[in-house]
Amino acid sequence: MVKRFLKSAAPLAMMLCAAMTAPSGGTAARTYNEAYVHYSTLIPAFARKYNLPCSACHTAWPELNAFGQAFKDRGYQLGNDRDSPIWQAPAYWPISMRTTPQIHAENTTHQPIDPAPSEKTITQTGVDLSGVDFLLLGTLYKNITFGLVPTLDADGTTGLEAAFVRFDNLGSSPWANIKVGKFELDNLLSEKRFTWLSNNGGFLYAYHYQPAGSVDNYVFGLGDNQIGAEFAGHSINSYTRYSVAVLTPDDGEPGLPSGNSVDAMVSLSQAFQMGGGLGPPRIGVFGYLGHRPTTFDSVGGAPIPGTGSAFKSFTRVGATAQVWFGNLELIPLVSHASDDAALGGSTQKPEWNTTLLEAHYVATPRLLVQGRYELLRMSKQADPATPKTFGDVDALALGVRAYPFMFSRAGMAIHAEFAMTGTTGMAPLSGDGSGVDAYDPATKIWSRSLFLGFDFAF
Amino acid sequence: MRPHTGWVSFRSACGVVLLLARATPAPAQEAHVGNRTGHAKAGKPLYQRYCVGCHGQDGDGNGENAAWIDPKPRDFTTPVFKCRSTPTGTLPTDADLFNAVTRGFVTTNMPPWRPLTEQNRVDLVAFIKTFSKRWQTAKPGAPLTVPPEPVLTIQGILHGRELYQRMECWKCHGPAGHGDGPSAHDLTDNKDNPIRPYDFRSGTRFMCGETNQDLYRIFMTGLDGSPMPSFADQLKPADGWDLVHFLRTLQPLQTREAAIWREWVATHGSELKPIGPEGGGR
Repeated sequence: MVKRFLKSAAPLAMMLCAAMTAPSGGTAARTYNEAYVHYSTLIPAFARKYNLPCSACHTAWPELNAFGQAFKDRGYQLGNDRDSPIWQAPAYWPISMRTTPQIHAENTTHQPIDPAPSEKTITQTGVDLSGVDFLLLGTLYKNITFGLVPTLDADGTTGLEAAFVRFDNLGSSPWANIKVGKFELDNLLSEKRFTWLSNNGGFLYAYHYQPAGSVDNYVFGLGDNQIGAEFAGHSINSYTRYSVAVLTPDDGEPGLPSGNSVDAMVSLSQAFQMGGGLGPPRIGVFGYLGHRPTTFDSVGGAPIPGTGSAFKSFTRVGATAQVWFGNLELIPLVSHASDDAALGGSTQKPEWNTTLLEAHYVATPRLLVQGRYELLRMSKQADPATPKTFGDVDALALGVRAYPFMFSRAGMAIHAEFAMTGTTGMAPLSGDGSGVDAYDPATKIWSRSLFLGFDFAF
Repeated sequence: MRPHTGWVSFRSACGVVLLLARATPAPAQEAHVGNRTGHAKAGKPLYQRYCVGCHGQDGDGNGENAAWIDPKPRDFTTPVFKCRSTPTGTLPTDADLFNAVTRGFVTTNMPPWRPLTEQNRVDLVAFIKTFSKRWQTAKPGAPLTVPPEPVLTIQGILHGRELYQRMECWKCHGPAGHGDGPSAHDLTDNKDNPIRPYDFRSGTRFMCGETNQDLYRIFMTGLDGSPMPSFADQLKPADGWDLVHFLRTLQPLQTREAAIWREWVATHGSELKPIGPEGGGR
């Protein structure tokens, strides 16, 4: 009995110990893979609290539907005057866990290997694990919400994906809510709640791409959780929504490693009473203005965290929509991005454009068929000598999610996915292969993922 | 010659089925709210998605979560509905059901489904009506007309307090409206489930709405399936409004009624008789 308890408690103990000994701050470079290990926010704890099936809040979990979006906008409250914890059984504990045991194959062409200039196609196949998300979200009191998402990677690394407190309905108005801490940006196409799990399908270039030559301390992902304060509001049915966030220029890294500057994010969206589809059609726009330091004070040649200066700016602007034709959902997104020349590491501002179309056919709440095509084109390279097409991306993903059961206590999806990404010259951001750019900058590198996973949450 | 008994039997069976089908009225497949028409066929998958966990596959209120829910989910097969604009004992209008789905029921597990499109909600109403044949044999009652609200006066509030005493509202709702009257613990609904009277402190809204008109309508229509009767035969419109104005003073809200009441009680509070078995209301 004791042995069993120790065995089951070991991962949690490891996580706590690691958290206690983890260094704070620092500007250590991160790989893209690290940023994308933790995907989503599906929270059966809410289903247990409110006795609602997953399908009430999710088109197909973890993607939110209009009702789930309104629930989130209200601060994870249904608004029935029973949201405060005092109305729950004292034993209720607002925690859910999610992970995905999986079988997957990764195949990436034109990967440089030793001795130079050799290259080969690298293939990896086998049974693998995703990280584990511990999702603690709920109300501390009526109109006071909290979120806490400690994470445990499959290799034992711990993290804090989200930690925030939110004050809802200030002045009894749904138009005024404030959130402080680390949280997901109010992206209309949420990467934390999307339905893709493979290395190549599991992130959006529109949110994470950075062009070749970007300086080391410039790390940013629109899909990464950020630290700061968000002021947001919505109409009573959440058809009209806005958010304005002021953020630290650290891409969600705690400890203020960059220095004294701010980023800002704005999003606006409007849904309409139209059509008979599964949800209201919605259109929206977003914009992000960020700053990153280009110099640091140093000691012994090493930069001192938090002393960044000579901040240079970058922008991401875009528009998106959500359209329903019966059970078919289409989500187009277009965006434009540009970086200061100093962040691009050369003489001119790099600029690029992204277009994607994601389609979901929600056959039933228990069966989702989906596809996505994303296209990224560099319009201007930082270094004029770089070929114009270097870094261009074409990404395709196809998938099926089947939910063997759907009720209000837990969730499981059998997830099959095929995704392929073609990048010109540049190593794919999936993390597959050697992670090194091709010898020939005009070479099209293809990275392919084949994935079968058992995605469960309790 | 061998008789074609099998074929004859088959044809007879088909005939019987056809006759039965013709004898049974067409199921209520539609709902009409404003200029929208809801279709049961479109509402069925929505019901499966949003409602089945509580209201059950058969609409009988026995969904898998029902055991954990208090008050219990509505049984659509009866079909008895609390929140109506129609007289007690009659079916609600499609708009009544639409409003209930939209508004939800405060202090219960039924949330407001306002984020769903209006078309989705009308489709849901159409499907809910397929659970009982009564929708095919009876029409909804004529909606009650709510008369204009009179000017708010302290005399009206005091009269409402007298009515609260005289009509024994306090027996269930308690002398202070806390839902703790002497009968409160013995109440059951039409399915013999224990039911508690409304505690005017507990929510910012009422079960069937939040406006004074909504509260007036509750007196006059009653909450069918619950012990709350209709007072349409006992209350004159002016009395109903006085009762509304008094009940507003019991809520923890900054209402006009509460402000007038507090001002009056500050100077005349000693004149009030307590509400309850010994009280006279004034």
